[in-house]
Amino acid sequence: MEVIHQRKVRPISQRAMLVSLADYISEKRKTKDILIMAHVVCGFPSFEDNMKALDIMQSKGVDLVELQFPFSEPSADGPLFVQANEESLKSGTTVDQCFDFMKEVTSLFSFKVLMMGYYNTVFKMGEEEFLRRLANAGGAGFILPDLPLEEAVNLNSVAIAEDLAPIVLMTPTSSDQRLAKLGAASYGMVYVIARKGVTGSKTIIGDSVLKLVERCRKHTDVPIAVGFGISGREDVDALSGHADVAVVGSAALRAWKQSGASGLHDLFSSLSR
Amino acid sequence: MDIFDFPSGREGYYGDYGGVFLPEILHGTIQELQECFRLCRKDEQFWSEYMEILKNYSGRPTPITHLPNLSKKLGGAQIYVKRDDLNHTGSHKINNVIGQGLLCKRLGKRRVIAETGAGQHGFATATMAARFGFDCTIYMGEVDVARQRPNVFWMQNLGAQVIAVTDGQKTLKDAINECMRDWVSNMGDTHYVLGTACGPHPFPEMVSWFQSVIGREARDQLLELTGRLPDRVYACVGGGSNAIGIFQGFLDHDSVELIGCEAGGLGVGSNLHAARLAYKDASVGVAQGFKTYFLQNEQGNMLKTHSVAAGLDYMGINPIFPHLWEEGKVRFEAATDEEVKEALRLIMKSEGLIPALETAHAFVTAIKEAPQMGPTEIILINQSGRGDKDIFTIAEALGDQEWKSFINEKSDQYRRELC
Repeated sequence: MEVIHQRKVRPISQRAMLVSLADYISEKRKTKDILIMAHVVCGFPSFEDNMKALDIMQSKGVDLVELQFPFSEPSADGPLFVQANEESLKSGTTVDQCFDFMKEVTSLFSFKVLMMGYYNTVFKMGEEEFLRRLANAGGAGFILPDLPLEEAVNLNSVAIAEDLAPIVLMTPTSSDQRLAKLGAASYGMVYVIARKGVTGSKTIIGDSVLKLVERCRKHTDVPIAVGFGISGREDVDALSGHADVAVVGSAALRAWKQSGASGLHDLFSSLSR
Repeated sequence: MDIFDFPSGREGYYGDYGGVFLPEILHGTIQELQECFRLCRKDEQFWSEYMEILKNYSGRPTPITHLPNLSKKLGGAQIYVKRDDLNHTGSHKINNVIGQGLLCKRLGKRRVIAETGAGQHGFATATMAARFGFDCTIYMGEVDVARQRPNVFWMQNLGAQVIAVTDGQKTLKDAINECMRDWVSNMGDTHYVLGTACGPHPFPEMVSWFQSVIGREARDQLLELTGRLPDRVYACVGGGSNAIGIFQGFLDHDSVELIGCEAGGLGVGSNLHAARLAYKDASVGVAQGFKTYFLQNEQGNMLKTHSVAAGLDYMGINPIFPHLWEEGKVRFEAATDEEVKEALRLIMKSEGLIPALETAHAFVTAIKEAPQMGPTEIILINQSGRGDKDIFTIAEALGDQEWKSFINEKSDQYRRELC
């Protein structure tokens, strides 16, 4: 357990260290077949527990982390994250706390941090204010699953000017024409959704997923992350050589809920090479 | 005015409100729906098929009833009621559901899903699914399942699977979230029959189009009955489909004042209501696929809402309404739970009508304003639903002792049968 409190990276000044997300991934890919992106719901079960989880993730070589800002209507999430969003809000988590936490996290750890949440959080704050605070907290970009490209024109262009990556999502239902449009808008990293549905249920990483990644690759030059239902070493291995990043989201929360820090430790141990 | 004549590049927007805010995975599905709806809208045969089913299956046109006793008692305007409660399944919800059922056939899908609050939309959807041969799943908040049990019974007996939603506030908004989760998984063979004029484009336009039948009929009927247009039209507003339905008959007539009646719950300042425009607690936001006024906190998280009427207990509003409100075309008022019960007693005793708790909100505002109007002036109220579905809630609200004893006896009888 002592590994939990052993922080390997000293605090740094965020802006000085900020390199483009795509560069960061490419650089890391020189020594790793595939990177790992993890997911944490801010304030669930608590910010202290979040910090313990992130400590484990760092020690196991996690390369990127999505920090989810809880929202009352998380309609793209599955039951596990829905409950986490709800519980976090019930315990009083605010957007201010999430940004403060992000700032602390980016100063303590070397992995890149993305904000994940729903558009209303950004809309209520104002798009420019959101980007200013995200940059200030050391975030590298953001994932807003309910904000389609058509409604994101202003937000994304301002973000790119600030070198903040607006993560574009590509999906199994996207036509080639749509993928071309999404690809043209991609910056920093693309997130390929491995299957239909919400977060949390198991995906078999088979030919159809790999073919999808191949199709997406034709339409973008930026690194590709694949997520939704990736739960273990087998899935990550299957994606290796095809995708740049494997996203382990619900599986980590499930491990934490089932067996706490040691469960999370075991999961990420099995994933790290 | 044609509210659906969108300026170029602003399709699905009503002023600043509306739009499409959906996960990328639904992009193709919503485009397919928009395209199919565009074709249906232009197709006269689609509309005549729709009207024929409404006539022969649902019982349209529904009549307009004059309320001479209530009008006399209040001593002001003459009150008329559009009787959409006389539809099959007991509310205006069937109009939209039949329309979307026909559309679903054209889409070639075999399964429908729907959210429901009061249960009327779920009931109507289950009915349509049985008739058209679709598989049907209804999502309903656990709280609403408890307060609208009779509708759950009918949905299940019509062959629908009813799923009680246990997330969040366990009411209408949570049922909508659950429908979205189902839809992102099963969009290939499933159409989401959204029950109100909310959600992403084309739903607000599509639901409004199907419900416009109420306003078209009402205008012609009232002209025939009285020789003139009404001075004021009242409708309750939850999501806002019955209101936009009847209002569309009068939007082009500036002499007709349109009044939307929201759920005041426990009243101004109580923080337990669902009045988005009548009170000052709501602000503009984006959730559940569209931009509108929501009851939300400064962080953008939705607030708890409350109404005695499950069908009005929703934190968002039809995106067409904030636009019409800003343009001065529709005025918004709220009725509290207490006022609703009072109005219900009055209407039942004076006219022998049993409006749904939702509808009773429109009556409250009309009853308040009628005495200040002249005897030649005309009020039209949309009776969007019938109240007998609310027997448990109304009996409890009215504190009816004999009903309670009856339930006790029934309960004892069932307990004995179980032993």
